[in-house]
Amino acid sequence: MEELLEKLLEAVEFGKVDQKSPYPPQLKGQDGSHEITISAIETGISPQRILEEALIPAMARVGKKFSENKIFVPQMLMSARAMGASMLQLKPFFTSGDIKTKGTFIIGTVKGDLHDIGKNLVAMMVEGGGWSIVDLGVDVGSDRFIEALRNNPGAIVGISALLTTTMVNMGEIVSSIKEEVPDTKILIGGAPVNDDFCQKIGADFYAPDPQGAVEYLNKMAS
Amino acid sequence: MRYKSLIINNPEDLMFGIAPYPVKTRRGLEIGGGQVYAELNFTLPVMSINKNTLDRVYEHYREIAEGALERAVHLNSKGVVLEFETLLEMTKTPSIGVEIVKIMNEICENYYQKFGLASEIRLTPNDLREFERPAKQRTSGYLEPMMELFEKGMIAGGDLLSIESTGGKEVSDDALMNCDIKTIVFALAVLGVRDMRFLWKKIVSAANNHGKIAAGDSACGFGNTAMVLAEKKYIPKVFAALVRVISVVRSIVAIEEGAVGPDKDCAYEGPFLKAITGIPISMEGKTSACAHLSPIGNIASACCDLWSNESVQNIKLLSGMAPTAYMEQLEYDARLMNEALRAGKLHRNVLQQLLVASDVFTDPQALILSPKNVIRISKELVKGDSYVANARNGALVAIDIIEEALASGKMKLSEMETNYLPILRDDLESIPDNESDFVEMMLPLIDPGKFILAEYGL
Repeated sequence: MEELLEKLLEAVEFGKVDQKSPYPPQLKGQDGSHEITISAIETGISPQRILEEALIPAMARVGKKFSENKIFVPQMLMSARAMGASMLQLKPFFTSGDIKTKGTFIIGTVKGDLHDIGKNLVAMMVEGGGWSIVDLGVDVGSDRFIEALRNNPGAIVGISALLTTTMVNMGEIVSSIKEEVPDTKILIGGAPVNDDFCQKIGADFYAPDPQGAVEYLNKMAS
Repeated sequence: MRYKSLIINNPEDLMFGIAPYPVKTRRGLEIGGGQVYAELNFTLPVMSINKNTLDRVYEHYREIAEGALERAVHLNSKGVVLEFETLLEMTKTPSIGVEIVKIMNEICENYYQKFGLASEIRLTPNDLREFERPAKQRTSGYLEPMMELFEKGMIAGGDLLSIESTGGKEVSDDALMNCDIKTIVFALAVLGVRDMRFLWKKIVSAANNHGKIAAGDSACGFGNTAMVLAEKKYIPKVFAALVRVISVVRSIVAIEEGAVGPDKDCAYEGPFLKAITGIPISMEGKTSACAHLSPIGNIASACCDLWSNESVQNIKLLSGMAPTAYMEQLEYDARLMNEALRAGKLHRNVLQQLLVASDVFTDPQALILSPKNVIRISKELVKGDSYVANARNGALVAIDIIEEALASGKMKLSEMETNYLPILRDDLESIPDNESDFVEMMLPLIDPGKFILAEYGL
């Protein structure tokens, strides 16, 4: 059992989706996360253990390597794909309630802004950290954030901006959310924003990078 | 592709301030005609644009133009270009953009009449079509306000027309993050080329109707996105260098359709365009530190005709407002290059060699911009019969150049970087010459929900 979890962890860490995937070269011909997850479930390993002892630690390692500039984003995306292949097998257990995530994270790029590369990276890393993601996309105003919060009570919100002319819209969104759903925690990120701006608009946390967002959320969940 | 050979074949002739086909402007600038001019680019500080703030918005642009031109006069400038890149609201409501052009043009005219300072406005509406996903490149309702801004902005005093068009960006963003070079070629050499042809026919026709200058288009959303992602260490620098080379076949379409330059500042594909077509170009490097880190700070100016700063917010510095300070920096850089030009071939060559040598082996993105490498790559970029083949050939020779620099020991890259080179080479070599074959190869590999084939005439 332990060996399967170890193998799954390795497959996700190095981005091995299935047996046919050519990457990474060192795992060529071996089972990927798809096959290993099926074997793990058949062997009787609980889905919660698969998530907590293989998938989340694998993505944590990936996040750490990325933070330390030891891998590029494409490798991280391969790991996310490998995790996705595993999650597909686990999906029925999420629906039945056999697996619990750490919480729900609602994320979107601020109104007036179309840039989503940073937002997508954060969403991917947070999902890899064991959270459910509600991705609202780009050009998102306060109404859509509030609607998503009403559908997902207790969720944490993440707002991203790339432009100095759109970051100002974050203030209005944060005020509206805090007014309508007062206890909501909000984190912000993006090239033009910083901690001072975060405090000024009344958001709760500024994440300088995807790993920072994951660490903050994990602190909130614990 | 229309171009089958280079206008500039000798690296020594790829020189700052000198273009085979200079562009003359209304108030007397001769861009590429023997001297380098400053091109100042600027934007608002952090603020909203709405009906309550409009007066303040206009005041900012008035202050920027006044401050910059006053400083230019103090420094005995021979001429200036002010680039007005519109923000979303200014294109969506063209009357806002037009009013700003009018304000700045009055100031330009005033300085021309009073002090003889020649200045022109480059009008660069943002490509609103990006706001629809999947993008409707040909049928979007956003085309109308964009073209209205071009039309009315020209009448208000915008003399040089540019855009950073976004055809293919809906496909390239993911490809950049995945280092998927084949999809990058598809985005730029198929979708980008087709959209450029569609858009630049309109822009050139509008410019000709008003006697204005269709200048050029930057692959900013592709090449510069790659450069910034590489700076953040999200993707390898070698990949960003290849994206730059591939973007040439897309940006050259503006010139094939009738654009005459100066090409846009953030188009680091400019040196290749200058070598192939002979048009003057604008470039930016160390002076764009206000907007982003540049791995090509000095080498970028090696063959520029306008020297720019990317964009600076109108905020207060110790010396005054930031655009005024940047005007001064640009002016001093231009003055140095102009003095080298005045002193003759030997001096200008020495200055260029220093600008090149100080950067060339520090980053693959700098390496490909040395005049020698620009000419070598450009020859490959015109050799084939299709944009696709040319993009592939250019990128492959860029890999050769990077590998030669590594083998010589002059350039050092981490294993994380060099591991990508054989993968990228294999992927590029699998691309066929013919566009139809390539489209057939790529369509099953790309999420069909990402883009609309018909919007690209496919």
